[in-house]
Amino acid sequence: MLESFMQFEFLQNAAITGLLIGIVAPLLGVFIVVRRLSLIADALSHITLTGIAASLLLEKRVSSIDDWNPVYMGMAFSVAGAILIERLRKVYKHYEELAIPIILSGGIGLGVILISLADGFNTDLFSYLFGSVTAVSRDSMWTVLLVTVIVIFIVIFFYKELFVLSFDEEHASVSGVNGRWIHLLFIVMVALVIASAMQVVGILLVSALMTLPVASALRIATSFKQTIGLSIAFGEVSVMVGLYSSYHLSVPPGGTIVVMAILILVMSIIYKNVRNQQWIKGEAS
Amino acid sequence: MSEQTIVKLDNVSFKYERETVVQDVDLEIKSGQFLGLVGPNGSGKSTLIKLMLGLEKPDKGTIQLFGRPLKQYKDWQEIGFVSQKANSFNSGFPATVLEVVKTGLVSRIGTFKFFNKKHKEKAMDALRTVEMEEYAHAGIGDLSGGQQQRVFIARALVSDPSLMILDEPTVGVDAKHVTEFYDLLGRLNKERGITLLMISHDIGTITDHATHVVCMNKTVHFHGQSEEYKEFSEEDLNQLYGYAVQQLTHNHSH
Repeated sequence: MLESFMQFEFLQNAAITGLLIGIVAPLLGVFIVVRRLSLIADALSHITLTGIAASLLLEKRVSSIDDWNPVYMGMAFSVAGAILIERLRKVYKHYEELAIPIILSGGIGLGVILISLADGFNTDLFSYLFGSVTAVSRDSMWTVLLVTVIVIFIVIFFYKELFVLSFDEEHASVSGVNGRWIHLLFIVMVALVIASAMQVVGILLVSALMTLPVASALRIATSFKQTIGLSIAFGEVSVMVGLYSSYHLSVPPGGTIVVMAILILVMSIIYKNVRNQQWIKGEAS
Repeated sequence: MSEQTIVKLDNVSFKYERETVVQDVDLEIKSGQFLGLVGPNGSGKSTLIKLMLGLEKPDKGTIQLFGRPLKQYKDWQEIGFVSQKANSFNSGFPATVLEVVKTGLVSRIGTFKFFNKKHKEKAMDALRTVEMEEYAHAGIGDLSGGQQQRVFIARALVSDPSLMILDEPTVGVDAKHVTEFYDLLGRLNKERGITLLMISHDIGTITDHATHVVCMNKTVHFHGQSEEYKEFSEEDLNQLYGYAVQQLTHNHSH
């Protein structure tokens, strides 16, 4: 593996991109999960697909456009979708979660039309749906690095605001935190991370990378910081083991990464149950 | 300490959807008071507090905090808030008691600055005040309702507020701990000079502890010293706010 890693640029791209999204996807995932917004990740990944499809279609139909990186248009759609969700949440004040299925189905609907116009599914699209070890370009890798740096920087600087907003929105407001602004910043970050992670895990499974490691961490962690640390650790293990086995088994990495994340989840649930039983026994004796 | 008006409401009204919840309320809270806000269900008590805190905007009237119009008010560390919601927060939230209490410092610290050791010590001090320091590293969801409520008091206390606003903080706290809870509030009021505004269902207990009482049902029906209020006969109360009191005594009997 190491030899081929040194030899093939595409492997380096995939591995480094994987390393980066293994950090940022679970990092934002923690805030998403505790705020019970897990479905937003799904909605945004589907609207990213629409962007990818639009880019592929344009490339095909407009001769002057050649070799566009569909990731950028995916990102643009994802960010636009994020802003739209926020808008819709205000329109449906009492049914805030309605914004998610609206954007999700709208994204797929439009996506399917664009895909058909671009003459249907091809290998390119398949790799966007389930991820690929070979499809990440050097350009995309640098973009993901930039997104990672920005996201980590923002989370560090707004950590206390993000935390207080997640724990108690009302209290955040009484603390003078501008919830609206921070929330918008947050959801735009989520959109960028989803478009970044999509290249490795695929559109259909990107939300899994944001939520499964967090679900595992929640079973074990005792503090919020520990939840973040463990989520990143679990995310990183899932991505690395997943990419490695994907390369050797010649299956899309989306599948192997998610299966790995599920394995960790199962282990964390068993670990917690065993510990609880030990604790009960200890109390009894 | 000279008495200073720290909250001032002038002719404040608020509609929720189409229903008027708060109507023409004038209210002044002076520093050092322990003010109990009582009234039947749906009488607009919680809404009144939300208006004071800028969580809802009044349709009519003006609100001043510490002599400044609410819109221009920025010193949120001066106000500690313990909401009703504290009883129904996401109890699976993966945070320690210490992490929760530190969020009370967010307004004091300001944007682009981080929590540091000094803040941790302040949070521990606040936990000591509410006698919860040994639970600093426990998960917030693992505590009992009464313990959680103490933690939320600590969160409100940690920024050294001069005004604390509490919305039915004793809901979900067992009777034994309610007395301790009032003792704690009494100490904060007398020893630290923190002005308290507290909503309560339990008129008997609140009038025993508070220095002043405000009765409201959409509008303020009585505002005066607790002693004065306690002297009222049921008939006086009936006259004071008609139908409302029946519901009050009814609730009280449970």
